[in-house]
Amino acid sequence: MILLDDGHLDFAGEMGEKTGIDFNRCLQCKTCANGCPFIDGMDQAPNQIIRMIQLGMAVEVLKTSTIWVCVGCNTCSSACPMAIDIPALMDGLRHAALEKGVEIPEPDILNFHQEVLNTVKKYGRTHKLEIMMRYKLKKMDLFSDMGVGLKMLKKRKLDLTPSRVKDKKAIEKIFQET
Amino acid sequence: MKKSSKKPDPGPLAGKLKFSFFPGCSLKASGHENTLSLLKFCKSVDIELVELEDWNCCGSSSAHSIDKRSAKYLPMRNLSLAPKGVPLLIACPSCLLRLKSSFLHIKADPALRQDYEAFFGKPFDDELEIIHFFEIFNRVDLKVQDLAGRLKGIRVAPYYGCMLFMPPDLRYEKSHTGIIEKSLKPLGADIVSYGYANRCCGTYLSVAKPDIARKVVNEIIFKAMEAGAECLVTACSMCHLNLEIRCTLDNPIPVLHFSELLSMALGAEDHKKWFPRHIVDPVPLLKKRGLLT
Repeated sequence: MILLDDGHLDFAGEMGEKTGIDFNRCLQCKTCANGCPFIDGMDQAPNQIIRMIQLGMAVEVLKTSTIWVCVGCNTCSSACPMAIDIPALMDGLRHAALEKGVEIPEPDILNFHQEVLNTVKKYGRTHKLEIMMRYKLKKMDLFSDMGVGLKMLKKRKLDLTPSRVKDKKAIEKIFQET
Repeated sequence: MKKSSKKPDPGPLAGKLKFSFFPGCSLKASGHENTLSLLKFCKSVDIELVELEDWNCCGSSSAHSIDKRSAKYLPMRNLSLAPKGVPLLIACPSCLLRLKSSFLHIKADPALRQDYEAFFGKPFDDELEIIHFFEIFNRVDLKVQDLAGRLKGIRVAPYYGCMLFMPPDLRYEKSHTGIIEKSLKPLGADIVSYGYANRCCGTYLSVAKPDIARKVVNEIIFKAMEAGAECLVTACSMCHLNLEIRCTLDNPIPVLHFSELLSMALGAEDHKKWFPRHIVDPVPLLKKRGLLT
């Protein structure tokens, strides 16, 4: 007997509505998993994520590292014989995980995304140095990876001042809380 | 499934080509040498680039990962800034994907178009052409017969990263498979086949999961070296950065931006600001192959 997660019997329907994906299309051929460059860092393969969605395992899916480790390189979706947009699914699952407030197993990745958006909100463009500094501060880990940071500074790959959008109001409007 | 926005290939056009240019954050900052050499290349082949006035970040991987609202409006604002009748040229594959997806979705969805027009207070330009830098090679005659042999003997491993992979919605858009090979081979370069040209560089995992990024990067560079490459040539500024900062192999080969090697083949002399920004110095190789004295 397969135990389905209580109250989430239609998780596939819910996610299908959000992402436009029909989960019945997945053949479990594992082409996605076989080609994924980052599968070693995931706790579930992309095809397993789809299977779990079919089974209504909402909480389990939303707590996987997979949905955060996927960078959306489209290696899988380009090869998928059923043209399932797996990166779009991962986006939808990340949003759902944040909305439902489940524990995020990859806090560093979330922290990084938040710091990127912080600089975009402030300047309209990303500012790598500030992203790195704030990311490290939040992580309470200033000194690991120092070598790479110094190398980048020396090679002028980290600009000290940000490049900015002139029309600040336009950017504010984009980031307005609704 | 969206309809392709692909138009028939216009072939090399006469006269000066003009594009508005969207650099994106990586080319603007960490990959500044990519921008400089790209501008130089365009100048050499008589293409005019005008930077898109007041462009903003496309949202990168972070907006679509955690913030639907900015993921929607950040690319849209750039579309709204694009001047009418001038193709928008983008050199970063990721930015291109964001802007192009946004464009195609608005085109196909009346509700989204209404949203766009209400938000930016101007009509949506259905005719805007959004192209990758590589598309230039379908439109301009490089006159390679005069340049044949300029890259003689240099063994190049082309690296596209994820740029050739498209989500299902964009599956029928123009593919740029083989552009690096097609452009460098007539100039005399020796193209090395190594099986990792399309392996993703790890993008932001380079920051948040350096161990994972290190493994992929080392794999890519090791395979290129094993196949006999003397350098990698990248299509994307962010891939370039990751390949340089995350490689922990002994004596790795240099990584050149495609625009740098092209400009060198065309005889660029103002490269003083490009190569000192590389972590693995490409100068000895360029000297060895007679591209620098």
